[in-house]
Amino acid sequence: MINRSLITYVTAGDPSKELTLQFLDVLSRYSDVIELGIPFSDPMADGKTIEKSHYRALKSGIRVKDVFEIVERFKDDHKTPIVLMTYFNPVFARGLENFVRNARESGVDAMLVVDLPLEEAKEYIDVCYEYEMKTVFLASPNTPNDRLRAIDEASSGFVYLISLYGTTGEREKLSSLAFDLIKRAKSICRKPLAVGFGVSKAEHVRELLKAGADGVVVGSAIVRLIEVYGEKAVEKVDEKCRELREGLNF
Amino acid sequence: MKFGEFGGIYVAETLIQPLKELEKAYEELKDDEEFKEKLDYYLRNYAGRPTPLYYAENLTKKIGGAKIYLKREDLLHSGAHKINNTVGQALLAKFMGKSRLIAETGAGQHGVATAMAGALMGLKVDIYMGAEDVERQRTNVFRMKLLGANVIPVESGSRTLKDAINEALRDWVATFEYTHYLIGSVVGPHPYPTIVRDFQSVIGRETKKQILEIEGCLPDVIVACVGGGSNAMGIFYPFLNDDVRLVGVEAGGKGLNTGRHSASLCAGKKGVLHGMLSYFLQDEDGQILDTHSIAPGLDYPGVGPEHAYLKEIGRAEYVAVTDEEALKAYLELSKTEGIIPALESSHALAYAMKIAREMSRDEIVVVNLSGRGDKDLGIVMNALGDGL
Repeated sequence: MINRSLITYVTAGDPSKELTLQFLDVLSRYSDVIELGIPFSDPMADGKTIEKSHYRALKSGIRVKDVFEIVERFKDDHKTPIVLMTYFNPVFARGLENFVRNARESGVDAMLVVDLPLEEAKEYIDVCYEYEMKTVFLASPNTPNDRLRAIDEASSGFVYLISLYGTTGEREKLSSLAFDLIKRAKSICRKPLAVGFGVSKAEHVRELLKAGADGVVVGSAIVRLIEVYGEKAVEKVDEKCRELREGLNF
Repeated sequence: MKFGEFGGIYVAETLIQPLKELEKAYEELKDDEEFKEKLDYYLRNYAGRPTPLYYAENLTKKIGGAKIYLKREDLLHSGAHKINNTVGQALLAKFMGKSRLIAETGAGQHGVATAMAGALMGLKVDIYMGAEDVERQRTNVFRMKLLGANVIPVESGSRTLKDAINEALRDWVATFEYTHYLIGSVVGPHPYPTIVRDFQSVIGRETKKQILEIEGCLPDVIVACVGGGSNAMGIFYPFLNDDVRLVGVEAGGKGLNTGRHSASLCAGKKGVLHGMLSYFLQDEDGQILDTHSIAPGLDYPGVGPEHAYLKEIGRAEYVAVTDEEALKAYLELSKTEGIIPALESSHALAYAMKIAREMSRDEIVVVNLSGRGDKDLGIVMNALGDGL
């Protein structure tokens, strides 16, 4: 699903449905995969920037069915794969099977459920398999090797490596933990590896790809522009993505 | 470990290893004689256990039904049952070699009890507290600071307890190498609901021994308030296999039909938050709703998974009491017995008074008086105006 890829993130509905569609259009010009977040009232794994974007989206009145509609409309004239990123409760509330079926019908290619670790994911994996929804599981610098192997096994899309200890959010420098994890994962995993959390610059993208990552995820650096420029952020996001894309030239 | 389908370990990957480490340490320690002795020593000499089981004779006579007993957790150091758990977990943290405690707090009772345990064990303490709670519970904020803890106001979301938990989780995922997250109720991912229940079940063990000594039989009913549910789980647990009716009382706020309450078992739906599958107040999309209760310690949109299980299998029943009924019970106990109960415990008391009236004089109701009510004077004064 990824190969020397730039993956970019926005939260659906931040600050509105229509603008999300405009952002997606911009993102699709520069990135190989788009990660679209379903806003949640309690985004525990996210840092301030993305947390606030969830609140802005919820305040705009967006519902889960609207997120599916956004994907459907985007897919009408775009081919860029969409990874739907969500906390588990919106999935649970809709009913696991219903959710995955609706998401797949709208055109979602893969799902990443932040707070659904392997221990709780058996049924989810089966349902995703049945509906041909690709799965993405997280691995962390403290994930032991045998568990990394199981995560690789469970991920039909790609494995998402968390670059550090902490939440999402921009950091000045990449953590050395990221490089250790890439090295370890490369020797164990057979699926492609994406790296995210704390990645915000073209230079970061380049360093991680050079270290062996198959994809790099940038979220907060883009979402922050939406926070600052609101409805006028389209151009800023365009600039930022163009800059990030430079990270692929080496 | 799950309670039927409830509980579990719904957390982001980075927290899996710290939780496994915690589980391993706890399994190793819980039956260790030296640890048990140490915990027992602190519970006796520092926290003030055992607490009395008091026959509320005046109240019983006034109501004219079943005998009402009060398990006096309000007499503990810190003024509430929370200290049973914080001393236990602080010892556990020391054993794991952690140098820092973090905790969430709503009203501030668990924050204060954590600050005390941290001071006692020489651990650095940071407490997350919703900004709105910081404003309305200023005395407790000062108490925590006095005890050497750092209080961090949480500005996000609804600025209350659930957001404080979110923020504590965000801290922990970055600092678990040297930090223990000291959860204050029977909530959160496994193994927390089990650990907190075990540390709190000293309440039920004592109650059982005491009532057998005094009355020569077990009580007919045990009543306890339920927010997250730690005091209720603590008193219920040793009675689960006995023929005793167990009643958990949730915060009915302005009434269950108003949407302004915190009664997740009575009015919520199954869901997943804060690492556990349980009952939550939520909308159709699974977004967690804002809650309300006059008792800050009950103001939480979820409930411990073991309560969800006890409800499901019918072993315990769960009811709701409104702000107004709780306030009445608060005043009643203050006047008739000279005991000012916490507003949280007043919920249990209100329901106990209601059922005691219908019961015969040789029957027994035990109420877990989980905390003292001095902390609530401001809220009560506001609610009454000059109406005492």
